[in-house]
Amino acid sequence: MSQTEHETPLVELRDISIAFGGIKAVDHASVDLFPGEVVALLGHNGAGKSTLIKILSGAYKRDAGQIFINGEEVQIDNPRDAKKYGIETIYQTLAVADNVDAAANLYLGRELKTAWGTLDDIAMEAEARKVMGRLNPNFQRFKDPVSKLSGGQRQSVAIARAILFNARILIMDEPTAALGPQETEQVGDLIKQLKKEGIGIFLISHDIHDVFDLADRVSVMKNGQVVGHAKTSDVTKDEVLGMIIMGKCPPGAIPGPGALQTV
Amino acid sequence: MHVDGGVQVSQSTTTTGAGRVENEGPFTRFLRATEVDVRLLGMIVALVTIWIGFHVYGQVVNGRGAFLSARNLWNLSVQTASIGVMATGMVLVIVTRHIDLSVGSILGFCAMMMAIVQVWILPEYLGLGHPMIWIITVICGLLIGAAIGAFHGYLVAYLSIPAFIVTLGGLLVWRGAAFLLARGETISPVDSTFALLGGGPYGSIGAAGSWIVGILICIGVVALLITGRRQRNRYNFPLRPMWAEVFLGLVGCGVTLGFVMLVNSYPWPRGIVRQYAEANNIQTPINEIFISHGFAIPVLILMAVGIVMTFLTSRTRFGRYVFAIGGNPEAAELAGINTRWVTVKIFALMGLLCGLSAVIASARLNSATNNLGTLDELYVIAAAVIGGTSFAGGIGTIYGAILGAIVMQSLQTGMVLIGFDAAIQQMVVGGVLVVAVWIDTMYRRRAK
Ligand SMILES: Nc1ncnc2c1ncn2[C@@H]1O[C@H](COP(=O)(O)OP(=O)(O)O)[C@@H](O)[C@H]1O
Ligand SMILES: [Mg+2]
Repeated sequence: MSQTEHETPLVELRDISIAFGGIKAVDHASVDLFPGEVVALLGHNGAGKSTLIKILSGAYKRDAGQIFINGEEVQIDNPRDAKKYGIETIYQTLAVADNVDAAANLYLGRELKTAWGTLDDIAMEAEARKVMGRLNPNFQRFKDPVSKLSGGQRQSVAIARAILFNARILIMDEPTAALGPQETEQVGDLIKQLKKEGIGIFLISHDIHDVFDLADRVSVMKNGQVVGHAKTSDVTKDEVLGMIIMGKCPPGAIPGPGALQTV
Repeated sequence: MHVDGGVQVSQSTTTTGAGRVENEGPFTRFLRATEVDVRLLGMIVALVTIWIGFHVYGQVVNGRGAFLSARNLWNLSVQTASIGVMATGMVLVIVTRHIDLSVGSILGFCAMMMAIVQVWILPEYLGLGHPMIWIITVICGLLIGAAIGAFHGYLVAYLSIPAFIVTLGGLLVWRGAAFLLARGETISPVDSTFALLGGGPYGSIGAAGSWIVGILICIGVVALLITGRRQRNRYNFPLRPMWAEVFLGLVGCGVTLGFVMLVNSYPWPRGIVRQYAEANNIQTPINEIFISHGFAIPVLILMAVGIVMTFLTSRTRFGRYVFAIGGNPEAAELAGINTRWVTVKIFALMGLLCGLSAVIASARLNSATNNLGTLDELYVIAAAVIGGTSFAGGIGTIYGAILGAIVMQSLQTGMVLIGFDAAIQQMVVGGVLVVAVWIDTMYRRRAK
């Protein structure tokens, strides 16, 4: 990667805040992401990771803060806006439509149409077979509603949907939670491949071991605040664990508002 | 039950569809090959049981089984039309986890508005019996219905008022409004062309017309099967076995042609034939003239609505979104579907269909009365639910709802025939509605 590409981030979330009732789920959080980069967003359950990225994906409306894509401020008010900017999301809850089949899920909201303007189910199924073949070669159940699939199969459907439309920015919220070791490895390979294609990836996890080797940088959250950012080459796993658990920033990291003040 | 067997088999089938599976009963294999839904079979069995039951009851108790006569079945088909049209819309409403309790009142209001337009307003400007009257009237009815539905949808989607409350309010508001329009008067007679839309001897298309319609439907059935097979073949997707295709084609065409023969075997009544003979200077003695009713126009309307709605639900984005929203509203929103706007469209479509049913109902009655459509919401909801639409959301079919409407109307007609009074009829309809939902709940739980 050349230095020029690093000058403007692909995505910058600046001073984002949102509260539910009295709870500040995200509190003045700032994170950024460059093309071809994997940023792991780490933190305990309830730290505010999912909430923060749902603001980027248009699922929640922020109370305060700004979003920049390629240096330009953008308005993201709903999932349609986010998709317009090439932001694709695999949600922690998967968010698949249970009662329709895999192909319908992959194309939900962006269906292929025939010359007459009707749904082109055959073409969609053919494409779905291709993409799913890449992700999960054993997958054959194209006629079943997604509710009948196993956790891992549903996960593949959610992932396939995100990579089908040439995303520029991919958000993966605990993508391997429902997967076995072999499938987890497949997702790891996929991330490396997408990274090579220049896609920026936010990889969210509560478990550092899942993501440390894949990530270029980590951003750690605690109680809705950002503890700090660090290149994975500048810190050790144990130091990042210290950030996650105690909010303690090691020397190799850039502290955020959530960092423990005096050491 | 076969249901469970079916599910297990399909789960263990990782080979492509046509592959044989060991220890599978012939019945299960038949269902899987033809892709016929168990619920559909159940519904047909229930329907046949009801028909035979009423017929036999009539024979035994009253000494005369009237149910399975051409006359009664023809009337049944006409009476089903109004409920059936609305039931197809109710499917979409219930699939998205809403409800519409106001359909009967919207029908009443639209009927009253149309009566005013065609009886009080248009003749003044166009002259009585002008050929444009019925067209303008129908368009007015449909637009008014759609507007009311869209308004309900707006309240539900954008103001987040539960549909139950919005349409319960609508139930009272539109019924009251219908009364105010004509201060409770009955407006009649309607325009003579408009009246044909309600059926009756003149409002039917006769033997030749019915054969044409029947044959067109048969051609359609066969064409659908062939293009479907060709498409799947082109992409190397699994195919149904040939015998299953032939079986489906034969059943489809058989039922259609049987229906044609049935409606053609019901002759015009003597009085009408005499009128007709006099008007047309026919010299043949009255009792030697056999003029078939054929399909009544309301039945054709229902068929057309069924085809259009099936197309809408299975072949368009709108339909896809309706089911996706019903299955998981949050996921649909996150996928980028404008769920609120879709909700408005669903209710608007429901309203439009109420307007269409209002055309059928008031034309059939040749008048608009203040209480037209009262209690229709119960029949319509029951029809949709009996037809397999689930209150859990995301599941329902148009053909199911139409079959459900036939079941409800058969119950109603049958009870009238054997002399149950209105009070008992109401109790039965109410009970059937609750039992239908109960059966659906049990079925879903077992299928899980
Ligand atoms: N829709 C919501 N309504 C109310 N509180 C919420 C909502 N979503 C998240 N929260 C709260 O916000 C905080 C952060 O949650 P979340 O972002 O899911 O954490 P993480 O993904 O890091 O585990 C939690 O305290 C959670 O209870
Ligand atoms: Mg989370």
